[in-house]
Amino acid sequence: MSDYTLNPHYASDDVSREPTRAGFGRGLKTAGEADERVVALCADLTESTQMHHFRDVFPSRFVEIGVAEQNLVTVASGMARVGKIPFTSSYAAFSPGRNWEQIRTTICLNEQPVKVVGSHAGVSVGPDGATHQMLEDIALMRVLPHMVVVNPGDAIEAEKATRAMARDDKNPGYLRLAREKTPIFSTEQSPFEIGPAYVLHAGDDVTIASTGPMTAQALIAAKQLREQYNINAEVVHVPTIKPLDVDTIVASVGKTGRIVTVEEAQAAAGFGGLIAETLADHLPAPQLRIGMDDRFGESGSPDELLTHFGFDAEAIAGRVRTFIDKRPQYKKGF
Amino acid sequence: MSGKQTQTQLEQTANTVRTDIISMLEAAGSGHSAGPLGLADIFTALYFRIMKLRPEEPEWDGRDLFFLSNGHCVPVQYAVMANRGYFDKKELMTLRQLGSRLQGHPERTKLPGLENTSGPLGSGLSQAAGVAYTLQYIDNNPQRWVYAVTGDGELDEGNIWEAAMFAGKYKLSQLTVFIDRNNIQIDGTTEDVMPLEDLAGKWRSFGWHVQEIDGHNMASIIDAADMAKAITTRPSVIIAHTVPGKGVDFMEYDYHWHGAPPNHEQAKKALTELRTLRGKITHEGEGV
Repeated sequence: MSDYTLNPHYASDDVSREPTRAGFGRGLKTAGEADERVVALCADLTESTQMHHFRDVFPSRFVEIGVAEQNLVTVASGMARVGKIPFTSSYAAFSPGRNWEQIRTTICLNEQPVKVVGSHAGVSVGPDGATHQMLEDIALMRVLPHMVVVNPGDAIEAEKATRAMARDDKNPGYLRLAREKTPIFSTEQSPFEIGPAYVLHAGDDVTIASTGPMTAQALIAAKQLREQYNINAEVVHVPTIKPLDVDTIVASVGKTGRIVTVEEAQAAAGFGGLIAETLADHLPAPQLRIGMDDRFGESGSPDELLTHFGFDAEAIAGRVRTFIDKRPQYKKGF
Repeated sequence: MSGKQTQTQLEQTANTVRTDIISMLEAAGSGHSAGPLGLADIFTALYFRIMKLRPEEPEWDGRDLFFLSNGHCVPVQYAVMANRGYFDKKELMTLRQLGSRLQGHPERTKLPGLENTSGPLGSGLSQAAGVAYTLQYIDNNPQRWVYAVTGDGELDEGNIWEAAMFAGKYKLSQLTVFIDRNNIQIDGTTEDVMPLEDLAGKWRSFGWHVQEIDGHNMASIIDAADMAKAITTRPSVIIAHTVPGKGVDFMEYDYHWHGAPPNHEQAKKALTELRTLRGKITHEGEGV
């Protein structure tokens, strides 16, 4: 069993929904109240990325950069040099999409505690289309030394994650956010720290490890598998992609013998790639990576796109069933 | 050596710095010659006259901050810092070696006294601007000043002009930038590779106070920095016309020396030139 406190309505059609970026907006304002070193910089997307909550309370600690993402993160690097904890925000397609080298050199190699906040990640951005649907950010950020990568599962967790990242005055960080409202599966009482993965539902037949708002879909998929097919999936929520909670992942796979990873990003080199690398080192096991399969998104409504690309609970449940039919559990002899 | 030197002393120090650069690059066997030699006078003026700093306390919170944007010119910064007392001059000979604090391109976390990590071009000015913004608008501290050096080939980078626009908008008056206008970059002359002129006009149109000086005239460098501090309404850029490879006859004006070090024979010839002021004096100073 898991001792994680889930929102009891997580599987209900009328579960409360809010975008993770809204939680970030609240969390940044709270972080600003707690620590005057926290400053915020935005590249002409202040309301979109919800930084206006901070700006309205701390106008002198907010910097409008304009549409200049390379300058966004390098100005922040300079501010960190004189003791600030800067949060920079834009759409993930632009930051870290456009300014990766500046993040690498002036933030990671330079070891400055700048937080890169990439909003509107994933295909659920919707009608804006493939140019704005960032799918490669997890891969780009997790490969950088010193970078902490956090992909919160819902708005409540995003608020906690923002405050936690603001308390870290040593490490650079990447916070991945979504545009669309997604189900709230956690509660104010649910645990969150940077680092741990959380077992949301215990099971023996297969591990479903998911990151970001996809966890809400993974939970519903697990419920369907349990109730309709007598498949008992263990759901592990992984909000911190780096540093990865290797022990929790390996312990779960040690029990279930196989794993399905779920992310709204490129499955190659992203979260699924990370788990494959990790298990190759520690506990090689059959794995199914659910994510974008080496292609770009397209325009459509968010719900249509999640269904089209196989990210909704029904699609996840179907693929898990096919996977466990074909791939036996490897419980011994690793 | 003490902080405040006379003009003649500064010129002598710059010459010593040039001999150190040649010796370091010869020992390293790789690295950039032309830019560091051309910047020796400006760096000497900055570290021995212009900037407030404490070599024995590199993180002193009253110091002025210096950002090298074109990181490949760092041999001149290392040489000046060693002459100023940040570390022992013997360490200069470890440049680019495994385990050295003197990385081929500067890394802040390796060597106390460096404010940034640079190499990929175009980002140092933004970092300097971030500090200048913080001092002016958040910390409200008019006592500290921010300096940056950029190359001229580096001005091809879009990031530079993002920073120029930013500093212009916010009238970052505690920011002074030296542009090393030596007219060369790796593939040739700047005006052949990607023309920069009208360079002064470009910066003026971005809202900057612009001066043009001879980057080897110590008095001009110091005067321009003083003038920049007197301008309280705008950021300042000093376009410093320099000779790439300055002080070594066979390196001057030749863009092939941008990214190459001297071999032993070339270094010997260069050091003789520098120590005898091209044959004008016969005294041979001691090497590093």
